[in-house]
Amino acid sequence: MKVIVDQNKCVASGQCVLSAPDVFDQREEDGIVVLLTEKPPDGLADDVRQAAALCPAQAIWVEEEEKKE
Amino acid sequence: MTTTSAHGTDAPAAQVPDYPMPRAARCPFDPPPALHVLQDQAPISRVRLWDGSTPWLVTRYEDTRALLADPRISSESDLPHYPHLSPAQKERRRQSRTFINMDDPEHARLRRMVTAAFSIRQVEALRPAIQKIVDGLIDTMLAGPKPVDLVQAFALPVPSLVICELLGVPYADHDFFQANSKILIKRTSTVEQARVATQQLLDYLDRQIGVKLAHPADDVLSTLAERVRAGELSRREAASMGMLLLTAGHETTANMIALGTLALLQNPDQLGWLRESDDPKAVASAVEELLRYLTIVHSGRRRVALEDIEVGGVTIRAGEGVVLANDVANRDPDAFPAPDQLDLNRNPRHHVAFGFGVHQCLGQPLARVELQVVYSTLYRRIPTLKLAVDLDEIPFKHDGTVYGVYELPVTW
Repeated sequence: MKVIVDQNKCVASGQCVLSAPDVFDQREEDGIVVLLTEKPPDGLADDVRQAAALCPAQAIWVEEEEKKE
Repeated sequence: MTTTSAHGTDAPAAQVPDYPMPRAARCPFDPPPALHVLQDQAPISRVRLWDGSTPWLVTRYEDTRALLADPRISSESDLPHYPHLSPAQKERRRQSRTFINMDDPEHARLRRMVTAAFSIRQVEALRPAIQKIVDGLIDTMLAGPKPVDLVQAFALPVPSLVICELLGVPYADHDFFQANSKILIKRTSTVEQARVATQQLLDYLDRQIGVKLAHPADDVLSTLAERVRAGELSRREAASMGMLLLTAGHETTANMIALGTLALLQNPDQLGWLRESDDPKAVASAVEELLRYLTIVHSGRRRVALEDIEVGGVTIRAGEGVVLANDVANRDPDAFPAPDQLDLNRNPRHHVAFGFGVHQCLGQPLARVELQVVYSTLYRRIPTLKLAVDLDEIPFKHDGTVYGVYELPVTW
């Protein structure tokens, strides 16, 4: 999966850090989202999806990779 | 008498129910039964507010969440059909407008001035200090007489001490600011009472900003004072933001502590599970469920449509007021199976107790840590905690824009 964040939309609610702390962080100066890894390991995929679903500002997108048959 | 909606349908006044509605006498934790009826019947309906206006009421979870995140809906309290909560809140908004009643980009610019203090890292760093406050208050309660009012002895001091520390406001002034906040969140307060309370709080915060300008410290009011010095905020705006953080920072959490304790005492199996649990994740999940189940901000989120918006086949016209009833949305069976059951294992992180969209509660990380510390400490240190009166003697805040209990006499 690939993760995209929009720092302009972010409202610093912290929901993503609570969901997936190894993928999302917050800037020191204003709590705005910082993406730690664009391509998180499969083991964190559900946490990242939860972060995207819970983000109140809808500032997180997840692009799922197509499975090769 | 008839009322005319913006798109021309007439409805007899008697068919438009008053909002907010009364809760059922024997079900103090459940939203008003009439709200469940509306939720079952239709996605959207008209209600009548205290001032006679008839905005739309949205009751279902998916619609509530979608509308709160919709850029076509505004939080601007100066718009003509903004559905004000109460005469007191209308007066407060008039005197002290903050980012919670602004749209982007103004909202984002101002909110970001105070978000640093509420980041997950900053709030986690406060956890030991919060634990110390909670332990100290429990020590004092255990050493004192019983029964004791848990609201005054514990539920109100915990968040008040924390927010004073964070903002840099002297806790010694708590009687003053608690009394004035109380007036502002009471639906029965008059405009004049609200005007005086708002003015007193603004004057007080302005003096505090003045202190921070002269003697900057490591606290949120000092960061606001720095913005004033830099010309990015007026003194008035800084005082208004300080007032928002101070009042929002203690009334809400205090009610969650007291009402949450009462709900747990009424559900001894759930309380037992929480008391025995050593897992911080289980405690965090319990906090989310109590937030959902109790939804103390029970007067609906207030908005105005900026464009025509269709909800469930009905069109909200541009300019019309909208109330999003997040208390009953959090009991929507389509989003939460068996919604009226308190189930601490549920982990309902998707609840809308903190709202949704760009205005979702700024202080939620702090509220979560405060509640996690309280719920994982109080019942363990006082395992025999119980009500000192019957449930039907507890005075509930039916007249509050924030729900809770006025008093909670407990013993052990």
